Amino acid sequence: MRPWEKDPLLRVEHLTMRFGGLVAVDDVSFDVERQDITALIGPNGAGKTTVFNCITGFYKPSEGMMKLAHPDGQSFNLERMDDHDINSRACVARTFQNIRLFPGMTVLENLMVAQHNVLTRASGLPTGAVLGFGIFATMGALLHIGGFARAEREAVDYARYWLDRVNLIRRADVPAGELPYGEQRKLEIARAMCTRPLLLCLDEPAAGLNARESDVLTTLLCDIRAKENVAILLIEHDMSVVMRISDHLVVLDYGKKIADGSREEVRNDPRVIAAYLGVPDDEVAKVEREVRQ
Amino acid sequence: MIPLAEPGKSFGQRLKSALADAIIAGWIAFFLFCLLLGVRTVDKVTGLTLAPRPGLLAIAVGIVVFGRLLLNLFVWQAEHPITAPFAKFFTSEPFERRDLIVLGTVALVAALVLIVASIVDAAGFRLVATCLLAFLGIGAVRRAIVNFFPNLPYARIFTIGGIAFAILFPLVSYLLEKAFHLGLPLRYLFDLSILVLTYVMLGWGLNIVVGLAGLLDLGYVAFYAVGAYVFALLATHFGLGFWMCLPVAGAAAALWGVILGFPVLRLRGDYLAIVTLAFGEIVRIILINWTPVTNGPNGVSDIPKPTFFGLPFSAQASPNFASFFGLKYDPLQGIIFLYYVILGLALITNLVTIRLRRLPVGRAWEAMREDEIACRSLGINTTITKLTAFATGALFGGLAGSFFATRQGFISPESFTFIESAIILAIVVLGGMGSQLGVAIAAIVMVGGFEALRHTEGLQSIFGEGFDPALYRMLLFGVAMVGIMVWRPRGIVGTRSPTIVLREKQPISKNLVEEARV
Repeated sequence: MRPWEKDPLLRVEHLTMRFGGLVAVDDVSFDVERQDITALIGPNGAGKTTVFNCITGFYKPSEGMMKLAHPDGQSFNLERMDDHDINSRACVARTFQNIRLFPGMTVLENLMVAQHNVLTRASGLPTGAVLGFGIFATMGALLHIGGFARAEREAVDYARYWLDRVNLIRRADVPAGELPYGEQRKLEIARAMCTRPLLLCLDEPAAGLNARESDVLTTLLCDIRAKENVAILLIEHDMSVVMRISDHLVVLDYGKKIADGSREEVRNDPRVIAAYLGVPDDEVAKVEREVRQ
Repeated sequence: MIPLAEPGKSFGQRLKSALADAIIAGWIAFFLFCLLLGVRTVDKVTGLTLAPRPGLLAIAVGIVVFGRLLLNLFVWQAEHPITAPFAKFFTSEPFERRDLIVLGTVALVAALVLIVASIVDAAGFRLVATCLLAFLGIGAVRRAIVNFFPNLPYARIFTIGGIAFAILFPLVSYLLEKAFHLGLPLRYLFDLSILVLTYVMLGWGLNIVVGLAGLLDLGYVAFYAVGAYVFALLATHFGLGFWMCLPVAGAAAALWGVILGFPVLRLRGDYLAIVTLAFGEIVRIILINWTPVTNGPNGVSDIPKPTFFGLPFSAQASPNFASFFGLKYDPLQGIIFLYYVILGLALITNLVTIRLRRLPVGRAWEAMREDEIACRSLGINTTITKLTAFATGALFGGLAGSFFATRQGFISPESFTFIESAIILAIVVLGGMGSQLGVAIAAIVMVGGFEALRHTEGLQSIFGEGFDPALYRMLLFGVAMVGIMVWRPRGIVGTRSPTIVLREKQPISKNLVEEARV
């Protein structure tokens, strides 16, 4: 039994995603272990982001099962859940390939929006407005006293903790759209972490970063793994980053899984090398001969 | 074609390009105006005939050509644009000697024109010179204040001053009138202020939907109508009073907000605008055709006025407000009370909006405006968020609607046409989406300024005795809108203030902020 198959946080089984006649993801199964860094790699168009979108609920998969098991024994079938429920109940957070911050809101506001559900429960607004219960909490929230004020202070403290972690505390009151690219990437990770996830899905976090910035990023990710109770699933093209930090790699090509294993296994797998670097000419000629016969 | 100032261009070259540009503009003006101004239909005995008006056409084209030429030479292509000193009134750049000379000359000439015009009694010149001097004076005062007190919280002073003025204005003017018999047109002033405040409240209500949540709503008047009719029908059928019906009307409008919200959850931008536009029309057409309930186009009349803790303001009622407090009866008392009712409602709208912005639901509205997909990835249920935005905006529209019904005493579907929605949306857009202060200023300018254009006697002396400014209100209004869209495309208040601050509050430029696409 492989180390990541003992008690996985997320078990993806036979995941298939079709767009009309195009099969973007074809029967992919893999496991994500708790507190591991799992990397999903593959050439362009291999279906990595589609897998992400299925896990985080932005697509409904055509076939397959994705089971997420919480430490307290609760388990969630992600393929049946809405995208916002996958974040708020199943505790899966994600970032995007092209950064999606709230550019007109400050850095701190971005992190406060991420704590929406915690704060909403404290404000009593959903029950207060709809059912008539919790009306006192709602009034307290409108007047900014009582439980809501305390919850907001805690939320600010938590945001401040993450701003410290990603070294953005001095820029807390700056609009997110004004940050340089590298800091926007870090802010997006901090914002995802502020939703208090168990699984953090990062879509190409090192894209567009220079060597120094991607060093900082790898330290941050290792730090998150060491200190927080969270598993990281990441898509990445920068092999230096992937090979430095990941415990477990899953390789996709043309929607199919072609390799699954530790760093060394994947590095030496001929199919992975073929997918990335192509195959020698004589092999191509051999295949062509076979096809003609 | 926008000619740009190119350094090192000789005067001859500049003149040449300016002339070419002016001639092109002249041709465009000629083609545009040759049918609009160049011919006029005249009803003769032989039938409708076309009468050419070459003189008028020549004047219009001449204005375009020479205006464009002068602008080219002295503003766009000039090394020292003649408008630069005036623009500095709005910034804090230091004045140079050249600027001071230009401003001084203009002030001197304006003062001379004013004196001469006063002596020979040329009202037109007097008006122009007064406007110019007032502009220079206000600009200079602004610069002086900014120079001496650079760090005053202007927005706060403005807000507090405005609210204090709104609270004191009717009482003080009423007491002054009673004491000194100044002959102020109080009835007119109060009616106008009530109208302005109604639009301020509607603007603030729509601001929640359009400015904060970024959902473009062209049918806001539907909620205004629902609020008005719910109150009017409850009051006339069941004899309920204004204060009893107010929350019911608000709740009914909020319910309609949710009913509209459900089918349009997946729509954004133009598509949403079209559906909300249709919704507004549907409500109006139902009001016209559902005669057994709404009395159709005849409307609902005899809607009761609000009472002051049960004390009515009418002269017939026998303990009425005046007799209870031992005052002399005056119909103005009732109007002043209405003023305070709408002021209170508007301020409640404002306070609730300000508080909601700092609550999770308000932040979710703004986040949804910025990026809906990111919102969902953070666990925010955008369905509920959109519905709360529609419901909250509709709630305040409904409250304003029932106030409208009680103030008018009579409502009919005529009052709830698309133009009302358009005016409210224009207020929000001109004020700067999402800005409370901007929306209030825009409502005052749009509704009050519209009214002020009725009282421009000076314009008659320029355009001749037959000139009726009321006829040109829409034109002037359009010019003002175009001007604001050119110089302040993000509205009067072009910044967004953050809802929570760690160290120091700094306004966010609207260029970074997403907004509902119109």
